[in-house]
Amino acid sequence: MPDQTLANSLRSGPDAQGRFGIHGGRFVAETLMPLILDLEQQYLAAQADPAFHAELNHYLKHYVGRPSPLYFAERLTKVLGGAKIYLKREDLNHTGAHKINNCMGQILLAKRMGKTRIIAETGAGQHGVATATVCALMGLDCVIYMGATDIERQMPNVFRMKLLGAEVKPVTSGAGTLKDAMNDALRDWVSNVHNTYYLIGTAAGPHPYPSMVRDFQCIIGEEVKEQLLEQEGRSLPDSLVACVGGGSNAIGLFHPFLDDPSVRIIGVEAGGHGVDTPAHAASLTGGRPGVLHGNRTYLLQDADGQILEAHSISAGLDYPGIGPEHSWLHDIKRVEYVPINDDEAVEAFQRMTKLEGIIPALESSHAIAHAMKLAPTLPGDHVMVVNLSGRGDKDVNTIARAMGEQL
Amino acid sequence: MSDVTVMNRLSARFAELKAEKRAGLVVYTMANDPSYEDGVALLKSLPAAGVDIIELGMPFSDPMADGPAIQAAGLRALASGGSLDRTLDALRAFREDDKSTPVVLMGYYNPIYSKGVAKFAALASAAGADGLIIVDLPPEEAPELTVHLRDHGLHLIFLTAPTTDETRLPTVLEQAGGFLYYVSITGVTGTASANVAVVEQAVARLREKTDLPIAVGFGIKTPAQCAEMAQVADAVVVGSAVVQKLADGLTGDGSAKPGAIDAVVDFVRGLGDAVHAVQK
Repeated sequence: MPDQTLANSLRSGPDAQGRFGIHGGRFVAETLMPLILDLEQQYLAAQADPAFHAELNHYLKHYVGRPSPLYFAERLTKVLGGAKIYLKREDLNHTGAHKINNCMGQILLAKRMGKTRIIAETGAGQHGVATATVCALMGLDCVIYMGATDIERQMPNVFRMKLLGAEVKPVTSGAGTLKDAMNDALRDWVSNVHNTYYLIGTAAGPHPYPSMVRDFQCIIGEEVKEQLLEQEGRSLPDSLVACVGGGSNAIGLFHPFLDDPSVRIIGVEAGGHGVDTPAHAASLTGGRPGVLHGNRTYLLQDADGQILEAHSISAGLDYPGIGPEHSWLHDIKRVEYVPINDDEAVEAFQRMTKLEGIIPALESSHAIAHAMKLAPTLPGDHVMVVNLSGRGDKDVNTIARAMGEQL
Repeated sequence: MSDVTVMNRLSARFAELKAEKRAGLVVYTMANDPSYEDGVALLKSLPAAGVDIIELGMPFSDPMADGPAIQAAGLRALASGGSLDRTLDALRAFREDDKSTPVVLMGYYNPIYSKGVAKFAALASAAGADGLIIVDLPPEEAPELTVHLRDHGLHLIFLTAPTTDETRLPTVLEQAGGFLYYVSITGVTGTASANVAVVEQAVARLREKTDLPIAVGFGIKTPAQCAEMAQVADAVVVGSAVVQKLADGLTGDGSAKPGAIDAVVDFVRGLGDAVHAVQK
């Protein structure tokens, strides 16, 4: 029998067990179970407390710089000759990406819970920088786990974290990327349960993280509704496009529109060298359901259930899993998920930079690349909103290499 | 609950230990480490070295709850062709000679989920397993597996930790079978060592709530620590120290030097002697 609540709304998940359909849940070691059950209670209490929201809104406005603009990309629209493209400018937030929305919410929760030490994992370094930033702001100890491979390709962010007072711990297990950093962060948490708060950066992990991170990111989609009404005279766009690694920027944009069936919603996965090769990070396109890092979700894995290394030119999308709510939205076909390859993202990065004077993050460039494919096929009154989830200054070295240039 | 209906080698072994008034030694070894053949050879020598119960590690690419020693063992096992199927092959090979030593398969959920839980339960039971420890399957998520284990006479063994409080304990005990595994530290395997007085209190607290035998593990490395823990627990688990002893006997390319397996067996014998010397 279909769940009555879910039949009425696609926004009411997860259930009491933290499930979105078969996905989500709490697959963690017993040592951590009492902690995540407590975290859920504390989060629910904070959510119901107007003082918590007042404090969060204060920092979002005066520290992060929200609302972020919704910008009509006039030249891009004209060149593509189809849909009207709006860019949600999360790149203009303090620290240069959407990550700070979640960090601001969770750091206030951690403070409320009396935690004194914050740990986090990071891939591209954007979540690490955002976490180090809010820890500096609140005067809390901060330890960031980062894969050794990622440290090498994201040196400027590593130094930023150190300047902000964080300790960056290189992770050499596995391939030294985001998945390995998450393993080590979980090991740290198990070993330091009493004073430590694990500030997960994406809408994944054990319940309540996927829904909590989503809630903190939903401000993206909520602002889009208001801003579109102001600029287009209607609050609903015709389509939404966002990149998906773990999927926090995408779920933040999508979630407020899930119950509006006229809105076509598209998530863009990292296709790496191509989803028909072993070198990609498209877990929905090329994976199957499994259990990792506290949740059930689509995973890149071999026949034995061993997790595979993902590949993407963008360190922020280089993860073999995806948030459980995206897996469910994929299963019920409410959201379309499509892959974009490395070279398409690199080209979109350059076109956006030249056409609009905006250097997008390589992650966001995946969304832009798909919008560039789609927009010319759509009529001129079609309103498309693309999430420009972060700025691309961190990626100029990678782009230079891809273009064969020496810096 | 499941415990009432499941009688197998594990239940029998704890009954024997109780009758003999001594604690048991539980030793963890990773299947396929450093090769399938070496793994089977080690497995076959454990009972004669004094091991009462074997935990056979199923390698996984992302062992979140394990410290450096078992992480490295898992990588070695996968590099030498280890898999869920090969682990069951090793267990079958062990059972050719040994029909009485209980074997508990220990690992993470994804390879089991990937195989299919019903199929896995049937295969594991047929291969000669007596129980399972699935580190990342807490009681809240376990029913989808336990429903299949009962049909095949397998115990699901749960971990309790220092963070498992009075309100949570009944949830853990509800599906627990075989024995209760008390994780003596808040940490990953093979790191810090527990204080025996603290463990004694924790075990006493558990005994008020359950009749299951209680094994204590995580951070127990030496014969002296084994002897201490044997006074307060029904069984003592040593994992990382055994796995590390094996790692110490490997060449640079990861193959076992001559005598490497014997060195592990000698080390285990020392642990067994220490545990069995304690009269309860």
